Amino acid sequence: MHEKTLSELSRDLKSKAISSEELTRAFLDRIGRFDDRLNSFITVTDERAMDAARAADRLLQSGKGGPLCGIPFAQKDIFCTEGVKTSCGSRMLDNFIAPYDATTAARFNQAGLVLLGKTNMDEFAMGSSNETSYYGPVKNPWAPAAVPGGSSGGSAAAVAARLTPAATGTDTGGSIRQPAALCGITGIKPTYGRVSRYGMIAFASSLDQGGVMTASAEDAALLMGVMAGFDERDSTSVDHPVPDYTAGLHAPVKGLKIGLPREYLGKGLDPAVEKAVEAAIDEYRRLGAEVREISLPHTDLAVPVYYVVAPAECSSNLSRYDGVRYGHRCAEPQNLADLYTRSRGEGFGAEVKRRIMIGTYVLSAGYYDAYYLKAQKLRRLIKEDFMQAFAEVDVIMTPTAPTAAFNIGEKVDDPVTMYLSDVFTIPANLAGLPGISVPAGFADGRPVGLQIIGNYFAEDRLLNVAHQYQQVTDWHKRVPPQFA
Amino acid sequence: MQWEPVIGLEIHVQLATKTKLFSGASTAYGALPNTQACAIDLGMPGTLPVLNEEVVRMAVKLGLAVGARIAPRSVFARKNYFYPDLPKGYQISQYELPIVECGQVEVELEDGQTKTVGVTRAHLEEDAGKSLHEGFEGASGIDLNRAGTPLIEIVSEPDMRSAKEAVAYMKKIHSLVRYLEICDGNMQEGSFRCDANVSVRPVGRETFGTRAELKNLNSFRFVERAILYEIDRQIEILEGGGEVVQETRLYDADKHETRSMRSKEEAFDYRYFPDPDLLPVEVSEALVEEVRAAMPELPDQKKERFVYEYGLTPYEAAVLTATREAADYFEAVEQASGGEARLAATWVMGDLSAALNKAGTDIADSPVTAEMLGGMIRRMADDTISGKIAKQVFEAMWAGEGDADAVIEKKGLKQVTDTGLIEGIIDEVLANNPDNVAAYRNGKDKLFGFFVGQVMKASQGKANPAQVNELLKKKL
Repeated sequence: MHEKTLSELSRDLKSKAISSEELTRAFLDRIGRFDDRLNSFITVTDERAMDAARAADRLLQSGKGGPLCGIPFAQKDIFCTEGVKTSCGSRMLDNFIAPYDATTAARFNQAGLVLLGKTNMDEFAMGSSNETSYYGPVKNPWAPAAVPGGSSGGSAAAVAARLTPAATGTDTGGSIRQPAALCGITGIKPTYGRVSRYGMIAFASSLDQGGVMTASAEDAALLMGVMAGFDERDSTSVDHPVPDYTAGLHAPVKGLKIGLPREYLGKGLDPAVEKAVEAAIDEYRRLGAEVREISLPHTDLAVPVYYVVAPAECSSNLSRYDGVRYGHRCAEPQNLADLYTRSRGEGFGAEVKRRIMIGTYVLSAGYYDAYYLKAQKLRRLIKEDFMQAFAEVDVIMTPTAPTAAFNIGEKVDDPVTMYLSDVFTIPANLAGLPGISVPAGFADGRPVGLQIIGNYFAEDRLLNVAHQYQQVTDWHKRVPPQFA
Repeated sequence: MQWEPVIGLEIHVQLATKTKLFSGASTAYGALPNTQACAIDLGMPGTLPVLNEEVVRMAVKLGLAVGARIAPRSVFARKNYFYPDLPKGYQISQYELPIVECGQVEVELEDGQTKTVGVTRAHLEEDAGKSLHEGFEGASGIDLNRAGTPLIEIVSEPDMRSAKEAVAYMKKIHSLVRYLEICDGNMQEGSFRCDANVSVRPVGRETFGTRAELKNLNSFRFVERAILYEIDRQIEILEGGGEVVQETRLYDADKHETRSMRSKEEAFDYRYFPDPDLLPVEVSEALVEEVRAAMPELPDQKKERFVYEYGLTPYEAAVLTATREAADYFEAVEQASGGEARLAATWVMGDLSAALNKAGTDIADSPVTAEMLGGMIRRMADDTISGKIAKQVFEAMWAGEGDADAVIEKKGLKQVTDTGLIEGIIDEVLANNPDNVAAYRNGKDKLFGFFVGQVMKASQGKANPAQVNELLKKKL
């Protein structure tokens, strides 16, 4: 049952071959059986899930309920879910029970999906390995010594090990795509503004975007249909029609123009990863796509620009965690300064503090122009690079990450090396473009991801291109042996 | 040495919207603590601001009223600082690109002169909550009802040269925002607050002295007193050979002094940057025109109209248009009186104003309505009552004894215009005062007033004074 796709599960639920209660029970059992090894969930909402499953069954019985009614899924613990702990991977919010639903959480409820639990993540989504979580690192289902990537590492590991058929993620600099690649699953980061950010705990507001993590592009298309759409409570959400993402999956890719940015193939790229990605590109050639080299000349600037913009926004976004209204408060504060310094000092981990300090610095009087303002200017150049490229090609393909999953602890003391694991994913965030990572083989037994970047609101195109590849390959069907 | 004060004001005007600047919570004053603060106002994780569009229209209204440039594109920024009543750890405000720039207002001074004061800018921002320091034993209470309430901060040029000018400017802005109906103007409830930047320089010098920013000035009187105190303080320092320190000072109304709150060195670095949660505010030409078409008559226009339409003096017109309520009241009196503008102005500025002051009542709540006062003036104009009797009628109306006609009827105050009746009274008075009659006829003209007084007294004030004059002259 756990190897079935969402469309298969949907068919089984509709035909009453299985009930949502049985399905939900089965996945909760798998979580109970396997998650000790992975640590992919922070909270498992057993009882709530069973109640929701029974409610979904009643709807299905009466012939109501949409295509995803009764399907279990997991939410990254960054999305507020009413009445459920929403920790954002931080001690700061370890005691925080969200009093409201994020817009996307409400949409999933409305569609009848059944929440299994909340997945582990890097603290406040700041990390590329899931090692910054207050709840401990998540392990990669393909290699227990390896990280699952981050920050949506819990979602990626849980989907890869089939502890849930699907999960949500958020992506600020690669946090959906990079863990999807490292865990051998499909993960899509939509266009900035495509998915509501209301109730999605902010890291860097101008970069954050929610998306889905699934076994296949087809599953992603189904879930995106629920998650995407305009929200009047998010001023940066865009009122743009949501297409039927599944309808466009089957179009052939013959004649598709694929651009390969030469700046992405260079130092730091693991030869085994490069080989796997080249093989994937060859697959597209066989399907009739035209491949050409393109240039994105400002690529080198993306990581430095990102590490100015994202910390700047995070330093301000995280100011609300002050121990006054909710979240961690230090014991017996002596005065206001003591309340602030100890609550925040105890509540935040080292990586979060590092970024708050960087962000505070780059916004300070006398440094603002040299850092923040300059970074914003360079951000425009990076975006223009893409706009020029999309005048020539339909999609851009790159490796999702320069290496396959690295080992836990390997980069933890070297933030800059850690930051470079997002070197291929960050540019799309800076430009606000959609990107998807699809499994494209293995390097030394660890999964490799192919990243496909599209033009604004071309999610349907990305899903179509990914799906066509998945029609002729079976990487996405592989399940880590221990979790088969 | 002669010193010249230089003053600029920052006026915080609470916009009279039903809901907050970025959330749907109510802005009503006086609710129980934290009952009007939703998840957004509380700065809950994941919440986002959405701009209340009504606020933009109000800002455009204000901008047009002060002849300012309305920015087609303005930007909300975050002003970052920690304080318990600031839930997000930043205030959303406009910084580099405000919605209103480069305006000016004409201010009437007490000596009848007018002065132009520049409005540098006006920007939208959200208010913070309130910290309550009493009654929590070793802790402070936080009330976030006010958090997120929309404000427009109006920043003046340093154009004022005395405390009186500053107060006159502040009153002008107060009048304007109430005319525009964008603020209730209630200073006790904090709907209209002011900070003042004050410096002094030797007369004739062009550069400004070092300024102090005075906070917490929540009445016209406090503004004047705080500025006067501050001017004296700075002059004393300078004349003693010292230097004024750039700092923020808090006005203490009880002790009537300003004291240092924080120096320039301690000033916060607010780390302003554009708020990535909000799009730039775009004001279209069409919106500006729509607001312009719906603009109410402003005090200056109304003043001018009062002069030519009602024949009032500029001074009377200025007094009567100082508030929209007074102007509306006057016009209603004028209409109810049947066009007796002069009498209407005299009564509104005279007896009515005195009675309101004495009772501490606003004109809008006057027990004598404009219709009642107008009705009384109508009776003066048609000679039913004299001016002297009118005072009696007014007092009775004020005491709640009904409208003018009812009072006149009930008290029998109708003027006597019957020549025969008046002549009878005159004859009686003359008969009772033969000595004075003789003295008058011998050239003691001054006694005429005595006879008028006696006749009026005998008629209990009801005889028509003009007729009394005429008939007395004849008889004497």
